[in-house]
Amino acid sequence: MSAALASSRTNGSEVVKELAFFAVIALLMSVMLLGVETVDRPTGLELAVRWDLVLIAIGSTVIGRLGLIFRRESISRLWQAVLITVTAVAVFEMFVRFRELDDRWVSPVVLDMAFGSVVSTILAIAFVVIVFATAYFTMKVQGAVEVDQSKKLSAKIQLTYRSNTKKIGLIGIVFFFIFPLLFGDDRSAIDLATLVMIYIMLGWGLNIVVGLAGLLDLGYVAFYAVGAYSYALLSQNFDLSFWLCLPLAGIFAASFGIILGFPVLRLRGDYLAIVTLGFGEIIRVVLINWYDFTGGPDGISSIERPSFFGLADFSRRVPEGAVSFGDLFGLDYSSMHRLIFLYYLILVLALVTNFVTLRLRKLPIGRAWEALREDEIACRSLGINPTNTKLSAFAIGAMFGGFAGAFFATRQGFISPESFTFLESAVILAIVVLGGMGSQIGVVLAAIVMIGFPEMFRELAEYRMLIFGAGIVAIMLWRPRGLLSFRDPTILLNMSQKEKVAGEIK
Amino acid sequence: MDWAYFLQQLINGLTLGAIYGLIAIGYTMVYGIIGMINFAHGEIYMIGAFHSLITFLICQAAGISGILPLTLLLMLFVSMVLTSIYGWGVERVAYRPLRGSFRLAALISAIGMSIFLQNFVQISQGARVKPMQPLVEGGITLMESANFDVQLSYMQIVIIVLTFVLMVVFSLLIAKTSLGRAQRACEQDRTMAGLLGVNVDRTISTTFVMGAALASVAGMMVTLYYGVIDFYIGFLAGVKAFTAAVLGGIGSLPGAMLGGLLIGLIEAFWSGYLTIEYKDVATFGILVLVLIFRPWGLLGKPEVEKV
Repeated sequence: MSAALASSRTNGSEVVKELAFFAVIALLMSVMLLGVETVDRPTGLELAVRWDLVLIAIGSTVIGRLGLIFRRESISRLWQAVLITVTAVAVFEMFVRFRELDDRWVSPVVLDMAFGSVVSTILAIAFVVIVFATAYFTMKVQGAVEVDQSKKLSAKIQLTYRSNTKKIGLIGIVFFFIFPLLFGDDRSAIDLATLVMIYIMLGWGLNIVVGLAGLLDLGYVAFYAVGAYSYALLSQNFDLSFWLCLPLAGIFAASFGIILGFPVLRLRGDYLAIVTLGFGEIIRVVLINWYDFTGGPDGISSIERPSFFGLADFSRRVPEGAVSFGDLFGLDYSSMHRLIFLYYLILVLALVTNFVTLRLRKLPIGRAWEALREDEIACRSLGINPTNTKLSAFAIGAMFGGFAGAFFATRQGFISPESFTFLESAVILAIVVLGGMGSQIGVVLAAIVMIGFPEMFRELAEYRMLIFGAGIVAIMLWRPRGLLSFRDPTILLNMSQKEKVAGEIK
Repeated sequence: MDWAYFLQQLINGLTLGAIYGLIAIGYTMVYGIIGMINFAHGEIYMIGAFHSLITFLICQAAGISGILPLTLLLMLFVSMVLTSIYGWGVERVAYRPLRGSFRLAALISAIGMSIFLQNFVQISQGARVKPMQPLVEGGITLMESANFDVQLSYMQIVIIVLTFVLMVVFSLLIAKTSLGRAQRACEQDRTMAGLLGVNVDRTISTTFVMGAALASVAGMMVTLYYGVIDFYIGFLAGVKAFTAAVLGGIGSLPGAMLGGLLIGLIEAFWSGYLTIEYKDVATFGILVLVLIFRPWGLLGKPEVEKV
């Protein structure tokens, strides 16, 4: 190791200094929040000390930093991978120990895992191997010549994606359509797919506002809430059916979008963000406190489920005078029918959103959105009314949010203000930005990554959101422009330039 | 009109406003210098509150909690130092690599950081509300009327005085020292400041550290004033403090303090005279009104849009 360091540009003592600095930082950051736990006792709060966690935190910081130094200096790839792996194991150890006060020094959890049983040994080895392999193959090679941009794998993927957008989209649609045929019996798979689809639809709706028109909306969940509550209240108070309420929910949400948007859309980006955030919170506070109308924090329960286009009912015991879905098609009753129907319903709704967006982009209004996103002053000088243009984007985005809300209400059968917190807005916005603003397929990809994966790892329970937050930061650092960065104008003067532009993108 | 009641709400509002103002300064300084909303700042404030609580518990365990001034000073000092490091770390990890990238990237990264810190504290310290016994008790009765005594508690005096002192110190820091000059230079033109020998990275880091230090003081005050904290207090306080910063004119230090005081007063009077449930609605309503009629805030300068 010392030989490796000697050949590098940084000398040893500087490295030691840097490591010591980060060790102190890690110590100071972890000494209280990790090292001391406040425990509730009948007599008040008491302290429990966890020095092992502090030590692990310092250790993993130092080793991780050393790995970064190796990377910076392009020292041995093997060493980089080893250090990264050790860091990962240490962080894992920390996670496992977090809540259990475990003061054994000799046998850390990782060792337990490795020598506990056959399954855990395999798991432990697999974990180490995966981390090591990932680290090894993504690291910079010592002395390697910088690869030509266009020959890089990511650039290739990007180019393939760009020249085959339609094909990829079609394959995706076909896959989502046959999904229930593949996993028709798996209740949790259908539920998860439906959930992901809701977020895809919300992402596509918000994409109109953020991706196309370039307006930063942090309160999109407000329109989702308006849609959900419109359906729930209309159906409970006036006994209207889902199919009638769906367009109404969209109209209500769009009107809210216009009412909110009219005064605030003249504002610049960040102000708009904070006002929309405020509006989202206002809606939630009103929903909580207007008890007579919305049911307050209790929410609204037993919301009517949708029927099969008014023709048949999905319940086991069909109400008087109605036909059951099974009878209509000569099938036996199965609780899966409704779930699969709901899945197809949200799939169609989402595809409608996508289709409308794609068509709107080709209309003058869509062109105006994109132009406004690129340069507002230029647009004004060309006679585009920025307020009206923004307002239309806001209203249309809100409308799709409203549709999704109505669907959410009918799927859950129960809604409460709990479902419409700021976190939801943040998640939807993160999906749009991580997908690469303006990219429709990117939204699908990001929704699967952000919603699908965390849902699959429900067992991680409390760590889920922690990893979620860290994941957002990591993806942003890795690809600041989103997974599929795609921001060139929809139309170019000479369409053959598109290939060229695509080739130039990093 | 019941003047006693009015006076009491005024006192409560000023106390609350001082706390919001301290958090708002962090937003306004960061926005002024790199033009981004530091979404994780509310979480920094929450971490500050936890640091002060834990410091107090350690003092208690060490048996020096009886010496009140020493305990308070220790809480203040430890919480400021440790929380500043979090401010520094957040900037270093989540924002610095994204500087120069497009604006939304940094904002999303900040939101991710905020979620991460919130859950980090939730896991490491538990999700339950942490109670804290009152340290500074008692107060002065300012006015006695038939049905109502106006109380000015010692804690409120501490909060207002401490905020005032910190404000003076920070204003001097910005106005007189070379650090403050570097900061103002970066605010105007980062590239030019860099060319003239200002260490831009270090200046931005210092800004985050200062903001975090002030937020941690606010966190300590809340811990002492309300006596309960949990991992979730950062979000709403953060949003309100940002509202305060915008209200006062973002980028302006006195503006942030003024905005904080106004938000605190609005909240106190709204809960005192109208409904307590809708106090957040009132805050945001005011924000919308201000932005419509005076988007550059009360003390800010209108920004000229350049092509």
